[in-house]
Amino acid sequence: MTTHVRIALWGVLPYLSLTVLIAGTLWRYRYDRFGFTTRSSQLHEARMLRVGGPLFHYALLFVAGGHVMGLLVPEALTQRLRVSETMYHTVALTMGGAAGIAAVCGLAVLLWRRLRVPAVRQATSRSDRLVYPLLTVVLLAGLTATASSVANPYDYRLGVSVWFRSLFALDPDVPAMAHAPLVYQVHALLAMVLFALWPFSRLIHAFTAPVGYLIRPYVVYRSRARATPYRHPATAGPVRRKPTVRRKRIDAPH
Amino acid sequence: MPRRTTSVGRCMAQVAMVMNLDKCIGCHTCSVTCKQTWTNRQGTEYAWFNNVETRPGQGYPRGHEDQDKWKGGWRLDGRGRLVPRSGGRARRLARLFANPELPSLDDYYEPWTYDYETLISAPLGEDLPTARPRSLIDGRPTAVTWGPNWDDDLGGGPEHLAGDPVLRRMNDQVALEYEQAFMFYLPRICEHCLNPSCVAVCPSGALYKRIEDGIVLVDQDRCRGWRMCVSGCPYKKVYFNHSTGKAEKCTLCYPRIEAGEPTVCSETCVGRLRYLGVLLYDADKAGEAAAVPDERDLYEAQLDCFLDPDDPEVVRAAEESGIPHDWITAARHSPVRDLITRYRVALPLHPEYRTLPMVWYVPPLSPVVDALTRSGHDGEDPANLFGAIDTLRIPLDYLAGLFTAGDPAPVEAALCRLAAMRAHMRRINLGEERNPDIARGVGMDEHSIEAMYRLLALAKYEERYVIPTGYAVDADRDADPGDGCSLEGHGGPGMYDADAFHAPPVAAAGAPKGGLRDRINLLNWNGRGRPQGLFPPRGDEGGNR
Repeated sequence: MTTHVRIALWGVLPYLSLTVLIAGTLWRYRYDRFGFTTRSSQLHEARMLRVGGPLFHYALLFVAGGHVMGLLVPEALTQRLRVSETMYHTVALTMGGAAGIAAVCGLAVLLWRRLRVPAVRQATSRSDRLVYPLLTVVLLAGLTATASSVANPYDYRLGVSVWFRSLFALDPDVPAMAHAPLVYQVHALLAMVLFALWPFSRLIHAFTAPVGYLIRPYVVYRSRARATPYRHPATAGPVRRKPTVRRKRIDAPH
Repeated sequence: MPRRTTSVGRCMAQVAMVMNLDKCIGCHTCSVTCKQTWTNRQGTEYAWFNNVETRPGQGYPRGHEDQDKWKGGWRLDGRGRLVPRSGGRARRLARLFANPELPSLDDYYEPWTYDYETLISAPLGEDLPTARPRSLIDGRPTAVTWGPNWDDDLGGGPEHLAGDPVLRRMNDQVALEYEQAFMFYLPRICEHCLNPSCVAVCPSGALYKRIEDGIVLVDQDRCRGWRMCVSGCPYKKVYFNHSTGKAEKCTLCYPRIEAGEPTVCSETCVGRLRYLGVLLYDADKAGEAAAVPDERDLYEAQLDCFLDPDDPEVVRAAEESGIPHDWITAARHSPVRDLITRYRVALPLHPEYRTLPMVWYVPPLSPVVDALTRSGHDGEDPANLFGAIDTLRIPLDYLAGLFTAGDPAPVEAALCRLAAMRAHMRRINLGEERNPDIARGVGMDEHSIEAMYRLLALAKYEERYVIPTGYAVDADRDADPGDGCSLEGHGGPGMYDADAFHAPPVAAAGAPKGGLRDRINLLNWNGRGRPQGLFPPRGDEGGNR
């Protein structure tokens, strides 16, 4: 691999991907708020979804947590906390492996359902056709990387993680990633493509996680005057107000 | 009667509906016109914001009243507080990835069309070509096995009737012999509840109750398709659009209500059985009312929430809440208030769900009259009728299971008032002497019983629908009718030309605007004058009249 390609892949592409992710999300929020949805197909098929949906999503939340641990927490910190290297990797392998396998199993159920149930297949969009295979490959590559650590003792915390953190310091450590095993590179590369597609696919629903529900009063009241401030910028006339959703809340009756 | 309240809490206005079930002939006109207006789009083929069920029967979706299964509405927790029956906030978020209580399409029905094309494209042959049914969901040939009113008129018999949750809860060994069967029709729309459980279970906060008129709506731009509202509504009147991935529901035709017009289902009802009007209520009391320990007290508790618009203190509280004067006037003339609180003949549908529903029903007397007539008696004779209301326990208990959480007393009282009205008016029509005891016997006087007769039997258009035009709290801030509507997303429920919907007939005829420039929408023309655009411009006029 030439130096230029390395710099392009591990020094430029991450920023491109991140830019598309952020700008794309903002663009979609402004121009297609109506499109922010899970596009659930539970109405068509519930039995398999009830197994596959939670399995995949919960496992994915664990996987995301594992990535935060592995990529953002430097080795120096765990050493200071007197977590031995073998113990760390044993935990990472078992927990990460279990979550990864669960996510792959969940995805398998969901994919089977999407391909084999005619109504669900019918409801599959073009972006789904791109995102589902990509997601599958990213997941499998990540799982392979985890599994490969049994045979091949590559310490990603001294390679991939260093590169990942250096991105946020705006000083990408290209060699750290360029010397990582191929499976890690494939995983990272395709993940970057996935993040770039994120805002333009159904994956956008991950950003609408309804955490505010936990602190909201049960019954929501809104005034008619304030109920329609959002206007589609492309079709509405000159903007006289900020196109934000303002809600007047008055206390619920209980 | 509405009680005088010493201190009025937060006064709010609600546009409510009452349906007089004695007059419903089960023609489904309301369902069809509603469907043509709101749900004739891809993704909502199976959805009927308005449907008419034959009772006893399973209803639509099948067995929707079985809350042990669907977990709709509210329940009281151990400490007597209201929580959604399907669980609180944490449990809801934990079930985000697959809603365990969501009805499947089979519980509604699989919408279908027919291969009409083959009727004209089939090659010449011995056999007549047939149009075979085809699923509107996956496009494959299908066998039609259920529909939105499959058990209409008791079709299917005891086999289907056994699935009626209200019937199952009645402790009598109800004989479902056909010769003894009774039936009536129950048109259902969204209840626009005072304590809406669909709103409470929406994780995104997309569902809301409008402050001005109490209409419960889904903000299509905030809905994320979590589907909790579908299972949270005990009446199953929120539907999931499987094409747009958004929840949709009956809007009480709010664009019409805002213009002072009745809903489409009311406007097109051939039986003239629907009433629309304003009710003022105390929002502070509503929470307590929904949480009374005994289910059978819910009807009375909800009655206690309603405020008397003739009470000066209520008027003051209403003005404080920003309710305009014409709304208070409308509340005084509200036919809905008369039927609910003054004559007490209207009852709420399933108060035991604790949502404080706001579409009420005048229970049907006709099953009782029919049963009497069948047994060889004069069904219209007052003496027979009063006796029969008491002795015909099956219809009475069934109606109580629908309207009063099983307490037969309020149903009996309402039916007796209706019977008294028939008896009183019969004497008048036969030229007999009036008997004030008839009215007195049911706690009314001659004047009010004749007013009730006018409202229920003559049912004049202006008296059935007393709807003030819309207003907006903080009207100075915006309320610009040109603003976009959040229902207008592609494939969404508001895919209409706003001008065609909002414009009053005269204005539309005189000044066509927007998409109708230089053309006239005949649907909006009141037939008077010669509106611009009705005829093409003459050469010498150049289009300027």
